[in-house]
Amino acid sequence: MNLVFYVSAAIAVLSTALAISRVNAVHALLYLIVSLLSVALIFFVIGAPFIATLEVIIYAGAIMVVFVFVVMMLNLGEQAAEQERRWLSPGIWFGPSILALILIGELVYILGLGGFETSASESIGPKQIGIALFGPYVLAVELASILLLAGLIGAYRLGRRESVAAAPRGEGT
Amino acid sequence: MTAAVVPMEYGLALAGILFVLGLVGVLVRRNIVFILLSIEIMLNAAGLAFVVAGSRWGQPDGQVMFIFILTMAAAEVAVGLALVLQLAQRFHTLDMDAASKMRG
Amino acid sequence: MLELLWLVPALPLGGFLALALIGGRLGRGAAALIGVGSSGASALLAFFVAGTFITSSRRVQVFRQTLWNWIDVDAFTPAMGLHLDALSLTMMLVVTFVGFLIHLYAWEFMEEEEGFSRFFAYTNLFVAAMLMLVLADNLLLLYLGWEGVGLCSYLLIGFWYQDAANGAAARKAFIVTRVGDTAMAIGLFLLFTQLGTLDIQELMQRATRQWPVGSSAAVAAAWLLLGGAVGKSAQLPLQTWLPDAMAGPTPVSALIHAATMVTAGVYLIARTHVLFELAPGVQLAVAVIGTATLLIAGCSALTQWDIKRVLAYSTISQIGYMFLALGVGAWSAAIFHFMTHAFFKALLFLGAGAIILTLHHEHNMFKMGGLWKQLPVTFWTFLIGSAALAALPLITSGFYSKELILLQAWNAPNGGAWLWAGGLLGALITSIYTFRMVFITFFGEAKQQAGKRPGTRIHAPLVILALLTMAGGFFGLPEFLHRALPPLPHGNESAVSELALETVAAISSVLGIFIAYLLFLRNREIVGQLTATEVGSALQRYWFSGWGFDWLYDRLLVRPFVVAARANKSDIVEQFYRIITDAARASYAALSATQTGQLRWYAKAIAAGAAVVVAIMVLL
Repeated sequence: MNLVFYVSAAIAVLSTALAISRVNAVHALLYLIVSLLSVALIFFVIGAPFIATLEVIIYAGAIMVVFVFVVMMLNLGEQAAEQERRWLSPGIWFGPSILALILIGELVYILGLGGFETSASESIGPKQIGIALFGPYVLAVELASILLLAGLIGAYRLGRRESVAAAPRGEGT
Repeated sequence: MTAAVVPMEYGLALAGILFVLGLVGVLVRRNIVFILLSIEIMLNAAGLAFVVAGSRWGQPDGQVMFIFILTMAAAEVAVGLALVLQLAQRFHTLDMDAASKMRG
Repeated sequence: MLELLWLVPALPLGGFLALALIGGRLGRGAAALIGVGSSGASALLAFFVAGTFITSSRRVQVFRQTLWNWIDVDAFTPAMGLHLDALSLTMMLVVTFVGFLIHLYAWEFMEEEEGFSRFFAYTNLFVAAMLMLVLADNLLLLYLGWEGVGLCSYLLIGFWYQDAANGAAARKAFIVTRVGDTAMAIGLFLLFTQLGTLDIQELMQRATRQWPVGSSAAVAAAWLLLGGAVGKSAQLPLQTWLPDAMAGPTPVSALIHAATMVTAGVYLIARTHVLFELAPGVQLAVAVIGTATLLIAGCSALTQWDIKRVLAYSTISQIGYMFLALGVGAWSAAIFHFMTHAFFKALLFLGAGAIILTLHHEHNMFKMGGLWKQLPVTFWTFLIGSAALAALPLITSGFYSKELILLQAWNAPNGGAWLWAGGLLGALITSIYTFRMVFITFFGEAKQQAGKRPGTRIHAPLVILALLTMAGGFFGLPEFLHRALPPLPHGNESAVSELALETVAAISSVLGIFIAYLLFLRNREIVGQLTATEVGSALQRYWFSGWGFDWLYDRLLVRPFVVAARANKSDIVEQFYRIITDAARASYAALSATQTGQLRWYAKAIAAGAAVVVAIMVLL
């Protein structure tokens, strides 16, 4: 089982690194989907099968698909890819990489301060999550639903095209 | 089924690495779509951290948090992409630096 | 009636308060009513008080009225008290009466001007302060009045403040008299620490008891008080401010810089005459200063073309005569000359003001001429005043007062003959420049036509002052003053008789008028030829600039001070404050540079900040 974890972790890191360095938007998205799938596998391995399912269905299956749809709507052609290539000069990676290494170093240092104990725990299924959601976290669930409503309305309004709007509106809607 | 006996720290380290990769993506890219993508990577990494921690203690709370993060990410993606469409329509470019009127 | 003495200074003070607080909202008529009215009521009251004092059957020598205790600290208890004797009575009468006449004149003179109520507020305050000065029973209250008149002088010289030159003249007057005021203040400190009181009568008694004649304390105190007197009375070496003070309106010049304020120094020395008697060296210095000043100012008056500056130098010169009298111990002669001078100098200034007003603010005498037909009342009164200034024999009071001074100078113990000769030469020069002024202004061809003729409010004071000028010699003032001041010294009368001296003085006066007639009426070319020569033109320029004192003070005092001030401008404290402002500016510039409006820049900043915070958490 540990092997599965390590392999999935490697694939996740590799595909994320590839995702952020592509010039073609769709390629990057596809690499990201691979990363999400490997993270789902990790979820499954450490005993969160329900979450693994959700990761695949919602994150990789819905959110990333929305991304892909929008990218295709934007009609980015070869011209956009050319521009990306220009923007992604090697020198531009220098500063953020330093920052990243510093952060990772600090994080690993902190993590390494404690011991590495392993604890075997059984997997937590949907039943327990359901009880938790409708028990202590019921308020948060309601808030989350309101958040989704807000997102829906906002996306509907913001996504409108100018030609659709009948009369010119003022700012502040 | 029993879970794997991977120490929590390894999972957190992985989450950290993924998060930092997402951060690098935000800082390096100039195209808005890619920046939003990198933000998604960061959100996912944060969720991974939560789930790993919850699994360590054998409680569902971590997974519950992940559900909420997922919800938020979905709402954010919706609104964010709508904004991307507006930006593309107004400025006819996806360059992040084009929207810099709040300078000074 | 004597108990109402406190009202005499209080009425003008009340007028000042009323005009200062609500004058802006009053019309011209109401403001003039308060201003002229309070001055007139004060004059009337002064007359009644004087009448009561003089005719009182008990031959009252002194009347004291303490209003309240001003300061009460241990041994230092100056009160707000008034002291009325012959000396202060004379001063009070002159100040209130001449002041009232000038207020009346100013009502018409300032009619067209802006700031009408402000003017009368200031003049009322001046009269109140001057009265406080002459009626004070202790030196601290006198100093209060002293400073008050200095303030009003500043305010009134710079009355037309929109012109920067007037402000500069006012500042010059204030600063130069300040030098004198500081000397006087130090003198007051010395007197108090040595003698323990500032009450004048008490002070004089203690001084005679404790200080032998010629002791260093007496000499020091006398020098310091002389310094104050010299500043206020525009004598050598602090005489440079008075000619420039003519920038103020003419009623101001008449009131402050001719009749009253500039004689405050004379009053101070007369009041504290005991101190000067204890320091004979200083008293001699007073006489020498007076003589030198009267000659210098007289020569300068010969070359001026601005009619007010002629009168200003003339004032300096005549106060020199008063100082000469004080210096030889003729106290009452000095005060007598003060009274006659107040009358005729105020008359001359008011007359000059009438001419200036009629000719649309023309000050240059050489642009006037032929006015004796156009302004008859002004001409005749001006002529009477000039005759008094030139000490025309017998019919003018100026003759009697100047004659008394010269007589006493001759009889003075130290160098009497020299002082007398200086005074006589000064009298000759005075005659010449006075009638030069008269002939150039009123005779000859008319260069300008007179505009609006002056009205009653201008003519009435002129006539009244002219009558007083002629009659003033017969009031018997010197004998009256003997109630308060020591009588004229009878010590060393020489063989030369009084009559001979009087005759010589009379001759010099008439001779001066004749010379002026020759040079300025008969044939004006001679003067032109004289000034065309090298010596003549150099002398004229030298005398015109007041014997170069302004130039000297500028080089000696003003420029080094300005250089030092500029060099000191960026001293260490200044740098310290500049560091603060520079740091603020630099941080502003730096912080505003971080607001680029670029989202990626902000993201970078957030990431870097996160890294730093985590590092802190790791390390600590």
